[in-house]
Amino acid sequence: MDLFDNLVLGLSTALLLENVLYCFVGVLLGTAVGVLPGIGPTATVAMLLPITFSFEPVTALIMLAGIYYGAQYGGSTTAILINLPGESSAAVTALDGHEMARRGRAGPALAAAAIGSFVAGTVATVVLAVAAPPLAEVALRFGPADYFALVLFGLIVSITLARGSPLKALAMIALGILLGTIGQDIYTGTPRFVLGRRELYGGIDFVSLAVGMFGIAEILRNLEHERDRPALLGQVAGLWPTREDRRRIVGPILRGTGLGAALGVLPGGGHVLASFTSYAVEKRVSKRRSEFGHGAIEGVAGPESANNAAAQTSFIPLLTLGLPAHPVMALMVGAFIVHGITPGPDVINDEPELVWGLIASMWIGNVLLVLLNLPLIGMWVRLLRVPYQVLFPMIVLFAVIGTYSLGFNEYDVYAIAFFGLLGYVLIKCGCEPAPLLLGFVLGPLLEENLRRALIISRGDPTVFLSRPISAALLLLTGAALIAIALPAIRRRRETVFTEDD
Amino acid sequence: MQRRRSLPDVLAGGVFAVIGGAFVVGSLGYDRGTPLRMGPGYFPLLVGAIVTVLGLAILVKGLVAGSDLPFDAVSWRAVALITVAVVFFGVFVRVLGFVPTSFVTALLTAFASRRVRPLTALAVAAGLTVAATLVFIVGLQLRLPLWGW
Repeated sequence: MDLFDNLVLGLSTALLLENVLYCFVGVLLGTAVGVLPGIGPTATVAMLLPITFSFEPVTALIMLAGIYYGAQYGGSTTAILINLPGESSAAVTALDGHEMARRGRAGPALAAAAIGSFVAGTVATVVLAVAAPPLAEVALRFGPADYFALVLFGLIVSITLARGSPLKALAMIALGILLGTIGQDIYTGTPRFVLGRRELYGGIDFVSLAVGMFGIAEILRNLEHERDRPALLGQVAGLWPTREDRRRIVGPILRGTGLGAALGVLPGGGHVLASFTSYAVEKRVSKRRSEFGHGAIEGVAGPESANNAAAQTSFIPLLTLGLPAHPVMALMVGAFIVHGITPGPDVINDEPELVWGLIASMWIGNVLLVLLNLPLIGMWVRLLRVPYQVLFPMIVLFAVIGTYSLGFNEYDVYAIAFFGLLGYVLIKCGCEPAPLLLGFVLGPLLEENLRRALIISRGDPTVFLSRPISAALLLLTGAALIAIALPAIRRRRETVFTEDD
Repeated sequence: MQRRRSLPDVLAGGVFAVIGGAFVVGSLGYDRGTPLRMGPGYFPLLVGAIVTVLGLAILVKGLVAGSDLPFDAVSWRAVALITVAVVFFGVFVRVLGFVPTSFVTALLTAFASRRVRPLTALAVAAGLTVAATLVFIVGLQLRLPLWGW
């Protein structure tokens, strides 16, 4: 009954008044940024990270996690009501959800999304609780060579899932790794690429990088052509789905949950892939294929369940291996480190209250989200009337102050401006920012384990091939690279993602 | 095959190649060591070279068979004002104090929108300054002088 004991421990931590409160704050903020187009969970978590430094570690992580999965809920509201995905994974929801809203069925669409998300979130939390301990057990046996291979594998796989040109995604990852080498070398203490500035010895702060790339660059993109937001569709009336609706959403929710829970573990945008895959599956198995694109409730329930399940299970690699699967997870690695905890397989044994408290809080968060999203839907609809002209100065100002408060180092602030401009140019040229952030966070791990593995093996590079785990992972990495390069697979990838653009 | 030049591809490739190249040049100044005991320069040199090569590949591909991405007009006003606003905060927060610096940063940022009216911008900046002071100074007890003089 290990699982049971763990969950009891987790619930006793998560149900502390303070933790419930910050879980609520997290999902509330998450829903808000999910609803509002133009600001996503990555920028929000980056901005709020400095604020959480004074909290207990578990409280901080509960709140940050709440922002992440709360945003998946909120994104669907915007997608359904104004046909603008607040979050990339909600793009599919807009297809049928907005059609339903145009036919005066916004209520059932929102309800299907919320119910699907709740079921998926609950099931995926259990999956997380069951899968995490054995995986961490395996990971404890990893040596430096295995870790090197694992990080490399994660980075390359994240490309196969990313949108756009794989060549550019690869370059973004490598650039991220390169930027991660700025600062003092871990083995010799030599300051690298610091341009003679003491302020850069500690390296570039990942908060500056994330705020610049995801916050400022996005604002500059939005200010290229300022349009009015598409009009809101009337009032939301009749929230409760009909009996027919309820019968039709059961299958999609269950299939979406399964798909999402499985795909969420993959690094880099597993939740986006999950919602697209779920939509494709529902369209294929449905007897009413012609209704898809014209307001089929299955097309809302399936993908919404899938992306929410994926949002929960994407914590698995973070909690068991210390590897982030998503830029928000990368920021959470930073939150672990600030609180003096090295993310990795030891965490689950050394800090059980932290891990199980976080997992249990996700279930509480899901309950809070249903309460927040169904009865209070009117409040979120009103939030959509906040003009962008108020929103973006707020993002910039809070981001700048928050980053400065990290270490009272004005170079962190200059870095925001630099990465905002760099990110703007690169995103404009068709490069996704997420691989760069993953490379930046994982780059130092890659270098450290590469060098350590070679020191242990006395400079023998075959160590990467003689250890079975490392050899298998490197083989898979090679296979993934070949798969990206093969034109047939590239075409399939494009068809999966074209609807997203 | 038809030649399609693509500005975004060439630009992206150029950015990667220039940054990668700069890191390669920079890492030549550090001890490279041996594969057994890699020095501080080994890894950056390797990754810098990879970035440069990938950048050149993207650039060449952009000249021969580029992707056709839409390239919308840049809002230079937004780029200039937001950059200045952010840098202004870094330079002046210690000199002028939290309140005036936040106000100027918010005001400059608000004007980045082409459609904002001056009075609205002033109101937004004032409101945000109050909100930021409440959140960061009153709420989070950030130790910064409110006024610099």
